[in-house]
Amino acid sequence: MKKIEAIIRKSKFDEVVNALHDAEVYFFSYWDVTGVGNEKIGKVYRGISYSTKDIQRRCLSIIVSDSFVNKTVDAILKSGATGNVGDGKIFVYPCEEAYRIRTGEKGNKSFN
Amino acid sequence: MELLTTNNVWMMLCAALVFFMHLGFSFLEIGLTRQKNTINILFKNFFIITMGIIVYCLVGFNLMYPGSFNIIGNGILGFAGLGLDSAAASDLAYNEGYTYWTDFLFQAMFAATAGTIISGAVAERIKINSFMLIVFIYVGLVYPVVGSWQWGSGFLYSLGFYDFAGSTLVHSVGGWGALIIIYLLGARKGKFDSNGNAVAIPGSNIPLSAAGVLILWLGWFGFNGGSVLSADPTNTSLVLVTTCLAAAAGGISAAFVSNLLYKNLDITMFMNGVLGGLVGITAGADQMGPTEAIIIGAIGGVIVVLGIALLDKCKLDDPVGAIPVHLFAGIWGTLAVGIFGDSASFDQFMIQLASVGIVGLFCVFGATLITLLVKSIIGLRVSEEEEEAGLDIAEHGTKAYFSS
Repeated sequence: MKKIEAIIRKSKFDEVVNALHDAEVYFFSYWDVTGVGNEKIGKVYRGISYSTKDIQRRCLSIIVSDSFVNKTVDAILKSGATGNVGDGKIFVYPCEEAYRIRTGEKGNKSFN
Repeated sequence: MELLTTNNVWMMLCAALVFFMHLGFSFLEIGLTRQKNTINILFKNFFIITMGIIVYCLVGFNLMYPGSFNIIGNGILGFAGLGLDSAAASDLAYNEGYTYWTDFLFQAMFAATAGTIISGAVAERIKINSFMLIVFIYVGLVYPVVGSWQWGSGFLYSLGFYDFAGSTLVHSVGGWGALIIIYLLGARKGKFDSNGNAVAIPGSNIPLSAAGVLILWLGWFGFNGGSVLSADPTNTSLVLVTTCLAAAAGGISAAFVSNLLYKNLDITMFMNGVLGGLVGITAGADQMGPTEAIIIGAIGGVIVVLGIALLDKCKLDDPVGAIPVHLFAGIWGTLAVGIFGDSASFDQFMIQLASVGIVGLFCVFGATLITLLVKSIIGLRVSEEEEEAGLDIAEHGTKAYFSS
């Protein structure tokens, strides 16, 4: 089992979700994240311009069995890219154990 | 009798419209400030309308309309006694436009408005108790005394001053108070950086502000429409037209000028511009034709945009733009009566200018005295920690919004 964490552009979210579904990955969690980076965004409020380094992205957390890792990563790499700086990152971590709370099932069975 | 009934119904409707403006002010202020101060803003606005009506009933109305200036003569200060006069109220010959009760209610809604203007400017950092005390004295004494000079047939009235619905008597009175108090209070933490440059503190809810501005515009139908003091068909209809044209022109010009200056289509400037146009036309809404109304409104909108930048330059922090809208555009509107419309003349302009100065001096003096007094007794500002945490938690022990 592996945990795949991907930080992607919010604008690419729908495409990434579709690509994951095509790769038969149906269940995952996501949340919006704010990061700090080099990209500066200019803004104006009531005549005062200000810039912020805050970068808004969406973070996906996906648990898959080992045989699904490559498919999942490929799906995100293809669907999440624009080719510009700031497309995001993918991290793969080992996942020690997983349980389905309703039935008490363990391992791959718990999320398939 | 039929005429009185018709007039009176219109005046009561106008009183209700002006009452509704308090929701507009609350929404505007909440939207242009941060979420952590929402309850505090609602509390201030509830206090203003509740306290305002009661104080106006007890002393304000009889200070503003004393009949005879029995304390200081020559139209300076008079007082007709505590509370409302039920005997006068039962006399239906009181006025051909409205009854005594309607008169009181309509005027009471106006009085509270002057306090609301201050609320927006001092938002996010003033102690709630200090605010309540300052506004109590300001609305209870300063506002009605200034009002008596003109609408109570005092010395400005004798001088020939003209202020139809209160560009000076209501809006500038609130605006002068706001200016003095924010000077003595200081800017919000983080509003100016270490080099003294203004920092943007974006508002939390722009849609709510937009609702507030449109509610205020609606309320102005009563504010100006009711200031005809009857349902007289010619004047009332004209006043509503000039009011709306000025509002529209103010919004357009502010949006245009702020885009020219800052290369940005700024909705908060657009909204403040509408209000600038409304305040601008208020002094002469019955004196102007459509063209003059558009010019006055448009200039009002420009003044608001430049005024916001000016305050930032002067290191004065007015989160909602109350001072550019109510004071700067209020002065402009008052002077405009001497430049455009039926009473325009050099003499009238000088009278308008002098009256703006006299009212300004009195308000600055009054506000300074009251604010320094309150500062010496209970202080003005919350602590830095309280400001950081937000006044909702610090002053009211709760939050406006809870997630789920």
